[in-house]
Amino acid sequence: MAAGVAAWLPFARAAAIGWMPVANLPMPIAPTNKNKHQDELIILNVSGRRFQTWRNTLDRYPDTLLGSSEKEFFFNEETREYFFDRDPDVFRSILNFYRTGKLHYPRYECISAYDEELAFFGIIPEIISDCCYEEYKDRKRENAERLMDDLEDNKDSKLPNMTFRETMWRAFENPHTSTMALVFYYVTGFFIAISVITNVVETVPCGYMPNQRDIPCGERYTEAFFCMDTACVMIFTVEYLMRLFAAPSRYRFMRSVMSIIDVVAILPYYIGLVMTNNEDVSGAFVTLRVFRVFRIFKFSRHSQGLRILGYTLKSCASELGFLLFSLTMAIIIFATVMFYAEKGSSSSKFTSIPASFWYTIVTMTTLGYGDMVPKTIAGKIFGSICSLSGVLVIALPVPVIVSNFSRIYHQNQRADKRRAQKVQKARLSRMRISKSGSSSAFLHSKRNGLNQSLELTQLPYYKMKLSPQGSLEEDQQLKKTTSLLESQHHHLLHCLEKTTNHEFVDERLYEQGYMQTALQNFPSQSPSLSSEEGITGTCCSRRTKKSMQPLSATHTHSHTHNLQELSALHIQCGERQALNTSRSSLNLMSDESGSLNCKSSGLVTTAIITIPTPPSNNSRASPDAPPPPNPDAPPLPNPGNDVVKISAL
Amino acid sequence: MPPASMLIILELFCSSCKDSVEDELELSAARHRPEALEQLEAQTRFSRKELQILYRGFKNECPSGVVNEDTFKEIYSQFFPQGDASTYAHFLFDAFDTDHNGSVSFEDFVMGLSILLRGTVQEKLNWAFNLYDINKDGYITKEEMLDIIKSIYDMMGKCTYPTLKEETPRQHVEIFFQKMDKNRDGVVTIDEFIDCCQNDENIMKSMQLFENVI
Repeated sequence: MAAGVAAWLPFARAAAIGWMPVANLPMPIAPTNKNKHQDELIILNVSGRRFQTWRNTLDRYPDTLLGSSEKEFFFNEETREYFFDRDPDVFRSILNFYRTGKLHYPRYECISAYDEELAFFGIIPEIISDCCYEEYKDRKRENAERLMDDLEDNKDSKLPNMTFRETMWRAFENPHTSTMALVFYYVTGFFIAISVITNVVETVPCGYMPNQRDIPCGERYTEAFFCMDTACVMIFTVEYLMRLFAAPSRYRFMRSVMSIIDVVAILPYYIGLVMTNNEDVSGAFVTLRVFRVFRIFKFSRHSQGLRILGYTLKSCASELGFLLFSLTMAIIIFATVMFYAEKGSSSSKFTSIPASFWYTIVTMTTLGYGDMVPKTIAGKIFGSICSLSGVLVIALPVPVIVSNFSRIYHQNQRADKRRAQKVQKARLSRMRISKSGSSSAFLHSKRNGLNQSLELTQLPYYKMKLSPQGSLEEDQQLKKTTSLLESQHHHLLHCLEKTTNHEFVDERLYEQGYMQTALQNFPSQSPSLSSEEGITGTCCSRRTKKSMQPLSATHTHSHTHNLQELSALHIQCGERQALNTSRSSLNLMSDESGSLNCKSSGLVTTAIITIPTPPSNNSRASPDAPPPPNPDAPPLPNPGNDVVKISAL
Repeated sequence: MPPASMLIILELFCSSCKDSVEDELELSAARHRPEALEQLEAQTRFSRKELQILYRGFKNECPSGVVNEDTFKEIYSQFFPQGDASTYAHFLFDAFDTDHNGSVSFEDFVMGLSILLRGTVQEKLNWAFNLYDINKDGYITKEEMLDIIKSIYDMMGKCTYPTLKEETPRQHVEIFFQKMDKNRDGVVTIDEFIDCCQNDENIMKSMQLFENVI
């Protein structure tokens, strides 16, 4: 419940009087405000700055330091105030949380200091309100990154139990971790450079042979170049094999882009070795040499920037695709137009539409080689239109790509925005849980029978002793956890249940119950049947029977002023349709057997009853037999009433 | 002609005046200041301190000083997360809004609470009758009762045990009328209602339930 709304709880409870004339059942007793004192101002002295607020304001959140009795530890007897030796600036936000129900994060505040204060005062950061939550999460993430970076820098020492394989992999991925890795890194880089330069220099014309014009260096110094090539390929092969060996998941490694580049870089050499100098395949062999240029892509392992560029292009694929598509459209249109415009002129280079493509592309990209020019007037007109539109068509998608690139570049710097989204989901679910907490808290306490909900009709021979220790402790423990506000709210919900003669259940049980009632015929609703339910089964549910009233009227009044809660722990283990019968019997004014049971139940001590008997059998079993008032044998064939009750009086 | 035109002019003038007056009223309705503490103390049965506490809570939730129906419904729904409390909140709102101006000011609020928490049984029953009598004609008909009871059942929501059936509210209404409608004329008057409630111990007891709420 929101803080402010808690102030309206008295109103909601007062308005419940509207249900009273309509209700057919007596209402539970309201929880009393035991330490009812007038609302007073309390002084919180935080490092000298005095804050004052009402005590009730702080009581709104009983699971924080200030709202619980934990603050008593900080009470200063002489000055009659609560002294906290903490930061007063941050305390301002914390106190405002109690006042307004919203926790704000001040921007000027350091994130770790703020976190510490929140932790001290027992407030979870997830309740920071939406206006400040983004900022808080961003700052927190930056801080975490900073910490991680620091951690990594200190992570020089090897983790003790790394296998040789893992060490190798780590060396490959993070070259700065060890000297060997660094050496390896530089050596491979050097050889990549050598290999690329070799490929380039191979084709440079390199001096004259007496009978020929210049030949490329590759043909002049064939052995030298072959040796160089062999050396590079050997280094690359060894590197690839080592990476393959060290990779944690070989299959995944083999599928990765970098390894494919590696393979493509060295494969031509081997294919060349294998192939003979056959004429047919030499053409293919030459083509393969082109693939050697892929070695330059190996540099991307050495450069973060290249990797980002590659990633950017990949993610801008849609924009690039759009660019390509629009260009293609324009090219086709203009090529067609130019072809038909130039068809008339003689010696026109525009022999076919595909031939005009070249002209269109060159014109649209404003290259204008001049190898094909239109000669007719119409051709010239359309040619100029073509070049103008080319400028536009190309200029439009480019800014989109550029902005995409800058976005991705910045995004790369905050790579775990995705992680933040997962946290957001977790936060939303936590908030949802706390919001639905009120309803589930009620159901939870119902299930534990802790609706210290005393029906107005009391058991006639209710004893005020507390027999088993266990129950008393549990009782106290559970009292601690439900604040007065909660218990009043639960009382209100309980009154509603009594008014409508239906109970709240949670979704799961509702579906179960729904199925059950759908599948099964209702066990007969005769009064005698209802009396068959085991002692405790009927008894505690019979507490509310109106028939009890005349019997217990006198007793009730005498006991009202020194009530003690009957804590009956209900443990449901499955179906509750038997309870249905008991409820239906509530409206029937019937038998004394109920009262008998109740009397005897006064003596029931804690007993755990688990009855897995199927309901139908026992319901048909003894329709006439009055239930044996047998308090000492709790494991009665409780017909289908899998509601297990532990009554402690 | 002249008198007619004068009349027309006068009317226009008055309507514009009324508009401005209404605007003022609206403005003032948007920011309402309650009567003085002493007056409220005299009119209700709350002590000064209690009124202070009530006002602080009220003002916290409604800084403008009045509650309109939507805010009212929202606040009331927060207490019944499983069901739909808006219909019942609507009836409650009508019961609290004694001057029927569409908003509940602090005075209305506190007068209502005074009856509910500090009033005599007679007054409380009167209030309840007023709540049930939707059209405030002095009679509770079966339809009105059905509306009220349906709205109460709505607050329970879907997940109840046993499952709510269609005819449950109707049955409840029947039970109510059997109890209350002595002369079987199909409506319940205020006297029948009060008489019957006073003879019913359960109801009497439950009326005292919320004495110590403030």
